[in-house]
Amino acid sequence: MKCLVTGGNVKVLGKAVHSLSRIGDELYLEPLEDGLSLRTVNSSRSAYACFLFAPLFFQQYQATTSGQEALRCKILMKSFLAVFRSLATVEKTVEKCCISLNGRSSRLVVQLHCKYGVRKTHNLSFQDCESLQAVFDPALCPHVLRAPARVLGEAVLPFPPALAEVTLGIGCGRRVILRSYQEEEADSTVKAMVTEMSIGEEDFQQLQAQEGVAITFCLKEFRGLLSFAESANLSLSVHFDAPGRPAIFAVKDSLLDGHFVLATLSESDLHSPAMCSPELHRLAPPLQAHSTPHLDDFASDDIDSYMIAMETTADSEGSRAVPSIPLSPGLRPPCSPGPFSEDHEAEPSTEPGTPPPKKFRSLFFGSILAPVHSPPGPSPVLAEDSEGEG
Amino acid sequence: MPLLTPQTQEDGDYSLVASLDNVRHLSTILKAIHFRDHATCFATKNGIKVTVENAKCVQANAFIQAGIFQEFIVQEESVTFRINLTILLDCLSIFGSSPMPGTLTALRMCYQGYGYPLMLFLEEGGVVTVCKINTQEPEETLDFDFCSTNVINKIILQSEGLREAFSELDMTSEVLQITMSPNKPYFRLSTFGNAGSSHLDYPKDSDLMESFQCNQTQVNRYKISLLKPSTKALVLSCKVSIRTDNRGFLSLQYMIRNEDGQICFVEYYCCPDEEVSESES
Repeated sequence: MKCLVTGGNVKVLGKAVHSLSRIGDELYLEPLEDGLSLRTVNSSRSAYACFLFAPLFFQQYQATTSGQEALRCKILMKSFLAVFRSLATVEKTVEKCCISLNGRSSRLVVQLHCKYGVRKTHNLSFQDCESLQAVFDPALCPHVLRAPARVLGEAVLPFPPALAEVTLGIGCGRRVILRSYQEEEADSTVKAMVTEMSIGEEDFQQLQAQEGVAITFCLKEFRGLLSFAESANLSLSVHFDAPGRPAIFAVKDSLLDGHFVLATLSESDLHSPAMCSPELHRLAPPLQAHSTPHLDDFASDDIDSYMIAMETTADSEGSRAVPSIPLSPGLRPPCSPGPFSEDHEAEPSTEPGTPPPKKFRSLFFGSILAPVHSPPGPSPVLAEDSEGEG
Repeated sequence: MPLLTPQTQEDGDYSLVASLDNVRHLSTILKAIHFRDHATCFATKNGIKVTVENAKCVQANAFIQAGIFQEFIVQEESVTFRINLTILLDCLSIFGSSPMPGTLTALRMCYQGYGYPLMLFLEEGGVVTVCKINTQEPEETLDFDFCSTNVINKIILQSEGLREAFSELDMTSEVLQITMSPNKPYFRLSTFGNAGSSHLDYPKDSDLMESFQCNQTQVNRYKISLLKPSTKALVLSCKVSIRTDNRGFLSLQYMIRNEDGQICFVEYYCCPDEEVSESES
């Protein structure tokens, strides 16, 4: 196998490797007739990612050396990542990147031709391996969201870096909601903050899901693909099914496509009113319609989240993603329109009554929340065993 | 005497007096050799040389010539003392290591002689800090006997070209192998780590190459852990001269330009790890 990447595509390749490195410790590299495939799976096999770079992505692409069988190889992610460690440097200095797989020397050779005639050669040791292929089909997922990566990227920006999982769902008024996921734990003092972003339907290129559906998945891997898609200025589509079924995140353009398949939590706290599940929808008028009668109560109860709500608001200035921490009346940032904004009329006003703020609050923090049902389905097998049939 | 310090002694009582209106000119250079706690200082009328050594295999010298100082007086032929470099650097940056633009920390440094502490008077915005750092018995430093007449190969590179290479060195490799040759690959840095080997080649006609004087192919290996600290000097420098002598000893000389455009030098010597036969290269 031999391929040559030039110009800005070197950085695209590097960026893809960076996002794959968020998932697995090993990189499966497979030259196919329809392009070079880079794949990885995490150690618990709950996340799988693959990129396929079409032959046209390369200046020169040769999947097989004449007379030789195509090689597949598995290398340490760390060592391949080291080649592209600093993307800024790659962008600044690397002019050409030549990757060749030589069966005889058992080395994957990555050669970077840099500015000033400097040439870096990495001879990476590899292992032969079977093909790594997850079984998934986006077409089978009933729900699809598609938006420019930038929109989703800005929406996940306010989440704390240490946050493990995030819940994505469709809220009231077909707004797409991203919320930090809290594990139910007794001492929730540390985690006594929920961050939620809601994005209007108009920011999506496709939104095929009804209100109330939601999934919870790992944020780290999602961020990995997002940062790739953002740098390549691509749209990201999310295909998902019921909680517990894998979700498929995909990017595509004419020269490459990428798929991340992530496990989702089978239990989901989306029955909470925040996501506007139907029964609570009846009880509580939608978010925007809330007046702020209990502002003092709430703000004094939880000044920290109030502060954060304001920060989030400031941070996402210029972003089209609307920070929607003000899930409950009291958390409404002061800069938002007055209590009776024009949204009010648009909301279903037939539903009477506002829930008592205390109840709302406890729901918000999940303390009286129990998952209504958690289907104990079989854990999804995302990737076939690499020891399986070739 | 710009500083408001009680002067009970005349300058004549000190064997070393040095004043500097911007302490960063000194602290920056010292940071470039700060890979061990202790340093030996030699002062002569030409300036101060500060030496740090490790494992009897590597030696770093920082030269701060007298011209860098506004006042520089050495009473004796030479003044030598050993000092804790970490503490000295902490004291020199006592007003902060990255001062606000427009403010300078001035330094007056006095040493009375053997057995006395090194006195530092630091002044910024009218505030004076006095530091006394105990000095220690000077230890004999290594003599690498690196003589320019024995130099076989010499390359001068713009530091920019080496910076990334050194910061990204594969530290799972035990050695850094340096190949210098009048023929291809001219100048090559190689590592042999867990993941495989890496080679970095610089053509002799590269724009990064200021000077290329290689007479004979030499392949030498140096402990990567010993050379890695020189990255500190490399990032500060604008040019680096790489020389090897007939024994394979390596000399790295870094030219460092300070904020006022004055030039100082930091030098690293390192002895080779082992003999490498020609066939192995």
